[in-house]
Amino acid sequence: MDKNKILMKGNIALCEGAIAAGCLAYFGYPITPQNEVPAHMSKRMVELNRVFLQAESELAAVNMVFGASLTGTRAMTSSSSPGISLKQEGISYLAGCELPAVIANVQRGGPGLGNIAGSQSDYFQTTKGGGHGDYRTITLAPFSVQEMYDFTYQAFNLAEKYRNPVMILSDGVVGQMMEPVVIRQDKPQKQKHNRSWVLDGCKNRKPRLIRSLLMAEGALEEFNWKLKKKYDEIRKNEIRVETQDIEDADIILVAFGIAARVAKAAMKQARSEGIKVGYIRPITLWPFPENVIRDAARGKRKFLVAEMNLGQMVEDVRLAVEGKCPVDFLGRPGGGLINQEELLNKIRSLK
Amino acid sequence: MNKILSRPESLTLIQHSYCPGCGHGIIHRIIAECIDELGVREKTIGIAPVGCAVFAYDYFNFDVTEAAHGRPPAVATGIKRVLPDRVVFTYQGDGDLAAIGTNETVHAANRSENITVIFVNNAVYGMTGGQMAPTTIEKQKTATTPFGRDIKRDGYPLKVCELLAATGGAVYLERVAVNNIKNIMKTRKAIKKAFQNQIDNKGFSLVEVLSQCPVNWGMTPKESVKWMDDVFVKHFPLGVYKDI
Repeated sequence: MDKNKILMKGNIALCEGAIAAGCLAYFGYPITPQNEVPAHMSKRMVELNRVFLQAESELAAVNMVFGASLTGTRAMTSSSSPGISLKQEGISYLAGCELPAVIANVQRGGPGLGNIAGSQSDYFQTTKGGGHGDYRTITLAPFSVQEMYDFTYQAFNLAEKYRNPVMILSDGVVGQMMEPVVIRQDKPQKQKHNRSWVLDGCKNRKPRLIRSLLMAEGALEEFNWKLKKKYDEIRKNEIRVETQDIEDADIILVAFGIAARVAKAAMKQARSEGIKVGYIRPITLWPFPENVIRDAARGKRKFLVAEMNLGQMVEDVRLAVEGKCPVDFLGRPGGGLINQEELLNKIRSLK
Repeated sequence: MNKILSRPESLTLIQHSYCPGCGHGIIHRIIAECIDELGVREKTIGIAPVGCAVFAYDYFNFDVTEAAHGRPPAVATGIKRVLPDRVVFTYQGDGDLAAIGTNETVHAANRSENITVIFVNNAVYGMTGGQMAPTTIEKQKTATTPFGRDIKRDGYPLKVCELLAATGGAVYLERVAVNNIKNIMKTRKAIKKAFQNQIDNKGFSLVEVLSQCPVNWGMTPKESVKWMDDVFVKHFPLGVYKDI
């Protein structure tokens, strides 16, 4: 038995991934289905002599992250959909001030207060902006408890490398389910990043300034072009995608997060029935693996996108496919869980 | 020859953008002088608000960050919790601190965050053109109360020192003014104490500075300092509201 393998909930894995990455400050606010995160952090962070604070609101929590982050400290916050809406102000400022931060969204059904079931309806919010202004949030979508751990761990390095907020876009199902997780035993791998922007008092150096207000003629436009260069760099370097059996496939399933778990199982079943199904799972939702999808869009293939929403990522798939193949969609909104049989029937109907 | 007066090291040489007769410049200078005297310039991190004082980051000669409207106490909390040996202060107007950021203010005070808050109350929103502030007094005419503040419609002026005095965490609350030399000297004393409290790890200190905004009050600077004594101070009595 692997002694580094521990059975845990997705939300706990998220915490442990952050702790392993050397996250020194966590600021949160309770909301279901991510309540295990602040609860677990309130114990672990205090035991480790790190900072834990239950904020008065999600707005305050993300702005506390802003404060901790501008000192060059690894900091994170977490919430679920309605709370993430509140955090958008802070995420826009983090992007505008080019500050690293990790934000986890354990999605629930919406709009409004919605319900507390797992959902994937914040895809638009996360990948198309969410807050105001021309900015991008690097988004990782875990589909297992192990990935909750690994992606949160990796998110801190990504955030620091690009001085940009990174979102873990999870959902209530991945957050609540239990699976074995391999725990890292090494010290946090901190890549050396430029820290000439950090505010920690101007001892032996010139005072520094962190701001997103750029009122001088042309200054904001110039800054936005600079951001674009960074985003292009991220697009070039950081796209992550999982593919399976796409070479001979007649039907290509595209899904992310928990829906991809169901899609993978449905694909196996379909293959056993002799239907040639392939599978593409975008792991980074932004940057989106459009090239992989574009390359796969050839011949008489059909695409089928499965999401736990009314059809959000499907728009990006259609853009990448560029009309070369038909793109069908199966979705369930409002916290409905995609069912393997349902998906299989849809696959059979496309054959 | 002895130098008896010079620009504080904590102020830059940049010309302020404030209007004639505005109180912000005086308050900036007082803060800079206090930080110099306490010898903490190199470990100070200031937080500039959204409002007229947003450009404070250009005028202070130490590390400064901007914050979203109303969120400076949350940003200050984040900084101070990870760097407890630095001197962290927020500079906020009445809209920032007492309207959009009331929640952050009350909870930072209640947790007794070991920070210093300089709260500039001039009864109007200055930057956006003189709209009603939470501290606009009854019947006062502003861009959004053209007939005067109507208590029935707009509610009462919010008294921040009195409100925060009820929190368990606030250790020092004083209301001062910058409309004459005597009051300016009192303001200087209060601001220095609010920083000293932080250095001594005492907890949350806030100085509410009543400040002139002649342009948005529709007055000359001379009239505005008189209005402060005759009217504004009557609604917002000066003094110490908490000191423990």
